[in-house]
Amino acid sequence: MSASTDALALGEPLMVLDGIHRRFMMGDEEVRALRGVSFTITKGEHLCIIGPSGSGKSTMMYLLGCLDTPSEGSYQLAGYEVSELSDEELAALRNRYIGFVFQAFNLIPRTTTVDNVALPLRYAGVGMGERRRRAAEALERVGLGHRLDHTPDRLSGGERQRVAIARAIVTKPELLLCDEPTGNLDSKVGAEITGLFEELNHDMGVTLVIVTHDPSMAKRARRNVKLVDGEVVYDGPPIEGR
Amino acid sequence: MFEHILSAFLALKANKIRAALTMLGVVIGVLAVTLLVGVGDGARIYLDEQISGLGTNLMTIVPGRRETRGFGPPAGNVARPLVLDDIRALERQASLLRGISPMVMGGGAVRFKGRTRDTMILGVGPAFSDLRNMPVDRGSFVRDEDVESRRRVCVLGRTIVKELFGDENPLGQTVRLADGRFRVVGLMEERGTSLGFDLNDLVFIPVTAAMDLFNQDHLTQIITAARSKEDAPAAAEEVEQILARRRNGERTFTIQSQDDLLKTFGALTAAMTLMLLAIASISLVVGGIGIMNIMLVSVRERTREIGVRRAVGATKSDILWQFLLESVVISSLGGAIGLGMGASIVLALKRFAPSVPVALSPWIAAVAFGSSFVVGVLSGVVPARRAAELDPVDALRYE
Ligand SMILES: Nc1ncnc2c1ncn2[C@@H]1O[C@H](COP(=O)(O)OP(=O)(O)O)[C@@H](O)[C@H]1O
Ligand SMILES: [Mg+2]
Repeated sequence: MSASTDALALGEPLMVLDGIHRRFMMGDEEVRALRGVSFTITKGEHLCIIGPSGSGKSTMMYLLGCLDTPSEGSYQLAGYEVSELSDEELAALRNRYIGFVFQAFNLIPRTTTVDNVALPLRYAGVGMGERRRRAAEALERVGLGHRLDHTPDRLSGGERQRVAIARAIVTKPELLLCDEPTGNLDSKVGAEITGLFEELNHDMGVTLVIVTHDPSMAKRARRNVKLVDGEVVYDGPPIEGR
Repeated sequence: MFEHILSAFLALKANKIRAALTMLGVVIGVLAVTLLVGVGDGARIYLDEQISGLGTNLMTIVPGRRETRGFGPPAGNVARPLVLDDIRALERQASLLRGISPMVMGGGAVRFKGRTRDTMILGVGPAFSDLRNMPVDRGSFVRDEDVESRRRVCVLGRTIVKELFGDENPLGQTVRLADGRFRVVGLMEERGTSLGFDLNDLVFIPVTAAMDLFNQDHLTQIITAARSKEDAPAAAEEVEQILARRRNGERTFTIQSQDDLLKTFGALTAAMTLMLLAIASISLVVGGIGIMNIMLVSVRERTREIGVRRAVGATKSDILWQFLLESVVISSLGGAIGLGMGASIVLALKRFAPSVPVALSPWIAAVAFGSSFVVGVLSGVVPARRAAELDPVDALRYE
């Protein structure tokens, strides 16, 4: 890998998608989850991907997160052509540039919050003491500085999602990819989480890409991309009543 | 690497009960290896000690030709018996021997004042005591002049003394041996049992007196010894030539050296130890299969976790090492526990039941622990590869 985003300024393109297709084989049948998707996301943007269930939003997230590669088309993240990278390079890219937040939190059970949050740093080769310090800092940032040694089963849903957000930001990534992050939370807690994302976007300049079903969350983004049947049907500012 | 080992320990700590159950198979396997091999090794050491305790560089000459060394039955009949003239010839001509004793063996009752004991009567020469490492405690052993004059004297083993005399002093008393009257001239030192045979339950008389008593003119065997370990092969050669010359070149006798005996028993106990090791290995294999199964279940249960780890930057090989080391740590820990238990049992046996021949040699410990490590690697490979090859997206979508 040779390119780097260190020099990227706000407003410069971070992710460039061009004619992306993603096809799956289900038995003999071909499922076309994405059918020619093209758009660009710039550094520091706050974007929501919306659309009905089964429209290809999660598939999109996995592609953007370099966990998957397109069947066809080009995806460049921070200057890297993702489909040309090896498994190890992809892992390093995810570790360095991307933080994930999932609907189901996906914390590692029976493991303390601080160890959960420190996990990405381990794969970044950060030493143990430093890891704990930075994990504690990230937990502090999401308002859970007092819950370092709790295991996930002793936390509420909102707290768990905050731990997951701390894990996502602990490496200070360029990009937060969130797949329905408030889907398992009630609306009040969901609104808090939405607020937290906005703060992070504002304070850290982290690029926010959020898949959501929640109209109030989508409304607060500066840009909405709507997928239907694997195609982009709308790309622009949020529209009331959508 | 340290990171991986540490996180393997953390994963085990996170699921203690499962880890313990997984370990159990290996614990039992290694315990079985330690104990069974300990028994085999103990038997080897016991036999070694027993055979070495018979004397040093011993040779036994028995009549008849045996085709194989060691314990085959005599092939063909006894052509020419061993006689006292063989002893004289050896005494005159051999230069590499430390001593020579004839031996006539027979059973009989020994009686004193109405008390009787059936025992073994050995007709021997003076050299026997030294050769066989059986010293006299009081009085004297069979002497040259006793043999020459066919004197009816006897030397008693400890058991006989205890049974027949109690607290009385046997020296100078007369006992009846079979149909003869023998004067007690010596008492043997206390000796243990050898290969299950009570060495205190013996009566020694001059070989000539034994020939008279049992009315026979041939010897049961001849006992001799090489002067040194280095001389042993040459000494055997010498004995063979001297005896063969007296038989027109025919080898109608067999020389068994102590070394042969050690080798034969050594091979026997080694085979036994190996067999026990093989049996014990089966339980170790079963333990390994147990680990593999639980690791496979664990990989499945932790599919989401694997997806998350990949998402935050773990490579395939990070995942591979994680699960492989988990398996190795479980297995090695189980091995260490099994070894500790086995060693404790062996040491306790040695301390509280010294007659049970068990041993704990370093190589058992090394084999036991080493094999648990290998079992860990082998049973971890398949689950670890399965975990590493999971597609990250499939892993994250896994319900
Ligand atoms: N691994 C896969 N194998 C087969 N079909 C898949 C796979 N992943 C997604 N799909 C299909 O692709 C389509 C889009 O799925 P997804 O991206 O999860 O939609 P959304 O997140 O918008 O609900 C769906 O029809 C889904 O069944
Ligand atoms: Mg989805």
